[in-house]
Amino acid sequence: MARPRWLVATGLLAPTGLWLGLFFLAPLALVVQFSFATRDTGVARAVLPWTTQAYATAMDPAFLPIFGRTLAYACATTALCLLLGFPLAWFIARHGGRYRTALLAAVLVPFWSSYLARIYAWKALLDGEGLVNTLLGHVGLDREGGFLLTHGAVVLGLTYGFLPFMVLPLYVACERFDHRLVEASHDLGHGRASTFLRVVLPGVAPGVLAGSLLVLVPSAGDFVTPRLLGGVDQSTFGSVIDDQFRGGNNWPLGSAMAVLLLVLVALVLVLRGKRGEDVL
Amino acid sequence: MTRRPWVLGAVAALVFAFLYAPIAWLAAVSFNDSRSLSRITGLSTRWYAQLFGDDRVLDALGLTLRLALTSAVVSTAIGTLAAFGLRRAFPGRGPWTVLLSLPLVVPEVVLGVAVLGFCVKLAGIPLGFGALLAAHVAFSLSFVVVVVRSRVAGMDPRLEEAAADLGASPLEAFRTVTLPLVAPAVAAGAAFAFLLSFDDVVTSSYLTGVGSTTLPVFVYAQASKRGVSPEIVALSTLLVAVTAVLLVAGVLVTAWRARRAGAASTFV
Repeated sequence: MARPRWLVATGLLAPTGLWLGLFFLAPLALVVQFSFATRDTGVARAVLPWTTQAYATAMDPAFLPIFGRTLAYACATTALCLLLGFPLAWFIARHGGRYRTALLAAVLVPFWSSYLARIYAWKALLDGEGLVNTLLGHVGLDREGGFLLTHGAVVLGLTYGFLPFMVLPLYVACERFDHRLVEASHDLGHGRASTFLRVVLPGVAPGVLAGSLLVLVPSAGDFVTPRLLGGVDQSTFGSVIDDQFRGGNNWPLGSAMAVLLLVLVALVLVLRGKRGEDVL
Repeated sequence: MTRRPWVLGAVAALVFAFLYAPIAWLAAVSFNDSRSLSRITGLSTRWYAQLFGDDRVLDALGLTLRLALTSAVVSTAIGTLAAFGLRRAFPGRGPWTVLLSLPLVVPEVVLGVAVLGFCVKLAGIPLGFGALLAAHVAFSLSFVVVVVRSRVAGMDPRLEEAAADLGASPLEAFRTVTLPLVAPAVAAGAAFAFLLSFDDVVTSSYLTGVGSTTLPVFVYAQASKRGVSPEIVALSTLLVAVTAVLLVAGVLVTAWRARRAGAASTFV
């Protein structure tokens, strides 16, 4: 009767492992292989001989501004998501009462609309004659031509798109957080700011880290939002990769860039260390 | 902080306003009588009429729904098993945990091109439903595992022990005790998986085949030429309205049940 525990666990994990091995790990391994191939025509398998040419091209200084812009977008988006997501998650977890789950679901309801319809709604709202500019005009904050095609518009669009990925892990962390610690801190004479920094923030840190990761990564890889809301030259890392696979048909270069993006993510993961693992 | 929760409440309300502002705009514009998404010139329901007569949109919607449903069922089924597999410590749990969270941190563009290369150049899987399903389950699995696992971890093992002590077979104990306890998390994971698949543009844009385009990819292709059509806006409005109605109905049912039970039960 006593089957070893690891055998049962492995059995339960096997279907998932099989699926991820076949449709996740194997494809990623193939991308790594492609990145070392000589440029191919896109129909045959990767062409030998092996070369690091694609990496040399990908590291070209010409791509640096694109790289920097992508990082700036991703970091700004993550910061803004934290700023908006934390009060929301905290409010739902602390004061949502029996409607907590419903409120949390309400965060997700807008995402049943088409992603592109939402982006275009923002486009319309941010336009020169759009609602936002008109409203801001009443207080003298309007901007000639509206806010479309600006860095701000891209960050706003990305923030909107990925906010739920921040709210959900933050909510889990806020719900787990023992609120009596705040009372204890107040009793011990700490003010609001001090309590927030020394008690609340460390307490919900796993959620903050998990949420930040879940926002940072997809916003660094997204190319649809910057393309639609950004100006003429709004190439991001994601869009350059996309170009190599769709238009440029340079799979090795696209693969090398994809590998570099993965290396970047891995770096973030290493920096994060062990913290936040129980939420993610 | 409980002293003045309404300050926090106001901030939360503002964030909700931010989330719903574009949706409100979409709903308004869907009744516009011109093609414009930025200015309302008059009211009409022509876009709704046109939507229900547009076979391409309806076909794409049908495929997207089938795909999202299949992906949600598959990823919830095997993801829930995996969450139970990770319940107790065993040698190798660390690497498994890492593997299961990897898809969360691989950008979609990378997953998309990787699965594209795999299907086209290695496995010979034709692009379309199969390729889409493979990728969608791959990126949904982690979310299901995360959600279900947090519930499983918070479960009191003594409840199952009690069931066993009272003579329940392992299967009975699982069905009558364990399953009802994790059901909300499984449902949440399934809803999440469905939504991720249903709204996916980036990964799917590489994997759709001829005659098997998902709705988001169809809209993306259309949008890059002439912007999003009012029909899509009408469809989005309908989808949000249906989910919102379901959510409100759920809240009302829960409130009604709670009143009937006469207890301040938590809404799970």
